[in-house]
Amino acid sequence: MSTINETRPADALRAGDRQADERASATKPLGGIAGWMDDRLGGAKGVSFLAKKVFPDHWSFMLGEIAMYSMIVCLLTGAFLTFWFVPSASQVVYDGSYVPLQGVTMSDAYRSTLGISFDIRGGLLIRQIHHWAALIFVVSVFVHMARVFFTGAFRKPREINWVFGTILSLLACIEGFAGYSLPDDLLSGTGIRAMNGFIQSAPVIGSYLSYFIFGGAFPGEAIIPRLYSAHVLLIPAILVGLFTAHILLVFLHKHTQFPGPGRTNKNVVGYPLLPVYIAKAGGFFFIVFGVIALISAVVTINPIWAYGPYDPSPITAGSQPDWYMGFADGALRLLPGFLEFETFGFTWSMNIFPGSLILLPLMWTIIGVYPFVESWVTGDKREHHLLDRPRNAPTRTAIGIAGISMYVVLFLAAGNDLMAIKLHLSINDITQTLRVLFFVAPPVAFWITKRICLSLQRADRQKVLHGRETGTIWRHADGRFEEIHAPLTPDERWALVQHESHEPLELTAGKDANGVDSPIAGKERLRAKFSNFYFRDRVAPATPSELEAAHHEHEDHAAAPDGGHEAIEPAGAGQERETIKADKQHG
Amino acid sequence: MNENDTTDHGTSTSLVPASDAGTERLPASLIRGVDQFENPGLPAHVHRAADDDPAAAKRAERQVATMFGLSMLATLVFLVSYFAIPDEATFFFPGIGIAKTQNVVLGLSLGFAIFLIGIGAVHWAKTLMSDEEIVEERHEQASTTEQRAKAVAVVNEGVASTQLNRRPLLKYSLGGALGLFALPLGLQVAGSLGPTNVEELKHTIWDPKDNGGKPIRLMRDPEMTPIRFDEVTSGSVFHVMPETLQKYIDEGKHVLEAKAKAAVILIRLDPDLIKVQKAKDWGVDGVVAYSKICTHVGCAVGLYEQQTHHLLCPCHQSTFDLTEDCAVIFGPAKRPLPQLKITVDDAGYLVAPAGFAEPVGPSFWERAR
Repeated sequence: MSTINETRPADALRAGDRQADERASATKPLGGIAGWMDDRLGGAKGVSFLAKKVFPDHWSFMLGEIAMYSMIVCLLTGAFLTFWFVPSASQVVYDGSYVPLQGVTMSDAYRSTLGISFDIRGGLLIRQIHHWAALIFVVSVFVHMARVFFTGAFRKPREINWVFGTILSLLACIEGFAGYSLPDDLLSGTGIRAMNGFIQSAPVIGSYLSYFIFGGAFPGEAIIPRLYSAHVLLIPAILVGLFTAHILLVFLHKHTQFPGPGRTNKNVVGYPLLPVYIAKAGGFFFIVFGVIALISAVVTINPIWAYGPYDPSPITAGSQPDWYMGFADGALRLLPGFLEFETFGFTWSMNIFPGSLILLPLMWTIIGVYPFVESWVTGDKREHHLLDRPRNAPTRTAIGIAGISMYVVLFLAAGNDLMAIKLHLSINDITQTLRVLFFVAPPVAFWITKRICLSLQRADRQKVLHGRETGTIWRHADGRFEEIHAPLTPDERWALVQHESHEPLELTAGKDANGVDSPIAGKERLRAKFSNFYFRDRVAPATPSELEAAHHEHEDHAAAPDGGHEAIEPAGAGQERETIKADKQHG
Repeated sequence: MNENDTTDHGTSTSLVPASDAGTERLPASLIRGVDQFENPGLPAHVHRAADDDPAAAKRAERQVATMFGLSMLATLVFLVSYFAIPDEATFFFPGIGIAKTQNVVLGLSLGFAIFLIGIGAVHWAKTLMSDEEIVEERHEQASTTEQRAKAVAVVNEGVASTQLNRRPLLKYSLGGALGLFALPLGLQVAGSLGPTNVEELKHTIWDPKDNGGKPIRLMRDPEMTPIRFDEVTSGSVFHVMPETLQKYIDEGKHVLEAKAKAAVILIRLDPDLIKVQKAKDWGVDGVVAYSKICTHVGCAVGLYEQQTHHLLCPCHQSTFDLTEDCAVIFGPAKRPLPQLKITVDDAGYLVAPAGFAEPVGPSFWERAR
């Protein structure tokens, strides 16, 4: 029996409260609300873990952040736009404040977009922010993807996240196209018209597919509301879901880091989420949003009022889609007409179908499976958390650049008419040249990139073995000149020597003792070929013993009056191969 | 039960991690020598000005606060301008041209209000928050062998409890039901998305049947006035719609669907330039009419090059030669633009007596059937 109970019996009901008070005081600086929340959610356990989570720092890691933030800006401004946009193709007569179009018959979608641009205060700004953010979203997704590819960040254990990212980038393009088509202006309507042609080009089911999608004959009144539900509901739901999984996997795997002193495959070095990353990444959201708003303030995008409402009869010169669909449009411009043929009265539109309905899925499938192909070739099943410098994976880098060169050719083809006008060239010559380049550019780009990577690797070796050029020329007492090379510090050197080096696999035994082909020989032979393709031309990183030897060489040459020049020449090809052999013995 | 035991065992062995018990399996191609440089370890932390000098720290604090302050100012500008700037106001923006004042001022103030918060936060993080790097250990992603074995045991126990292995009837009937239940949903969507009257693709409203069997007058698009033969001077171009479109316009229904296939371009050439006899016969003294819908993907073939007598599609640059019965001379289209046969009626107006002889517009599977 406590004294409290005797004086005021009702107080006994609150006897347990003191315990809660004590717990609340442990969270004092955060106040009572945090305590209240923790009582119900137990979040405190996770907070200390999350707050100390480490993120490595590198400018290229911001590219994905730009994608994330511009997507959020799109979601935000997109929600605003739905308040005024009317997703309907029913025809109305315009009576808004834009004088040149007054009295013109147009769809409700176009009328309401004009309304957002002219009659809703600040509406034009929100529309322009939405469109600019969408363009920046797709650009940053692609550049982020290139960063991940060229640094090998897609390797185990991150292959799943690479596949998620691949799907996200495809969805980003489709989402963009759907949104671009909604205002139902002449330009985007022409885009939908072309899309109808693409769909019709599908063998066997094309015409039916077109009627399904348009809800009857083109253009009909169904396509605008259907694109609208895809644009504001279906695709964003998948985008946000996949994006959340994408970010969760980054948390789970912990971010990759570039190699450097103290950074290993078994740690992650950087700044904690609280406060540095909250401030930097959170601040960066405001920077991205702010810059998009500034651009939207001064640079007009998609002035739909200048195009007029969609009508199948008129057209404008220089009709082009938004940039991310450019490569597909370019493919359609390059495919020659003679590819169309008929069998038994059925039409095979092979001048359209490969560019319109095959290209996108094919391209994204190739991108999606690349990590699995590379890991099969290298046979590397280990986890990789240290990024590759692109030069240290010459074949991968060259494959990437070759792919990009192909993309660029298609992209340029989408502007063949504008190039012809601006550069006073024949459109036929431009198109023919690009047709040839589509096949020639990738191998050339591959070869050049690989040579550049190997040269950079050699330059790294030379820098490690012979030091950094100081630009200081010494004249010796006996009259000879010498450039002074400063040795690298261990920290500087580490970045240049830390990478692993593969050599091509050789097929050891394709047959068993009785001379019968082993059942896996064919597969292994193929793998050996690929391995050879990947690692044939390799430059091994410099080793301590080579550095030692180089020091001796310098001393010898310094003693010999006429040999000073040779000392700073790179190791010859023959010499290099010897080093590789030496390495192998160690391995 | 014995059978079940063996399958269980089979699953558990296949789940052993590739890199068992932490020993790394190196790929065969990797060269790993003892002769390698050592990782020199994390470099010593270098202090920034604001870490040691209170004056520098104070300066940084003021800079950050200034940016936040300017952001508030920009917000204020936005709030005032939203009410103060009239909707129709424009001004001259150097280097850009006439701009809508409201959009520029609202955009710049909103942009700076947001941007300056970001710049302030990043500057704060870079100058005042600790820049000492910390190291977090990584752990192999895969679970340990014991954890996997435990998971397998738990799953097997659960599966065993359902008795799926012992009762194939349940297994197959469940599989069948799950496999089929999506069909009604799929059928509903696919079946109801649209009417599939694909034969319609071959039909245009130039068909005289739509006009009580009478020839159809060529009308100017969009004025919908008839075109007299003698108005078509040499080298002139007319964008044309059929007389039958008027009915659709009056009813306000399916106008665009009709136009999407009926658009025609009418041009007068020197008859001697036309090299194909059929093209000459289907025209009137060098006046010829062709479908304006590109045979590639259906854009309007709207660019006429008067000097070369080429029609160019602005979407993908298919080029059609008018002197060659609109055969494709360049670009991705395969088929010529279909010609519309025209004559002159008693009143001197251009008419189409027969409609198109083939489907217009982009190719489709059943086009030639």
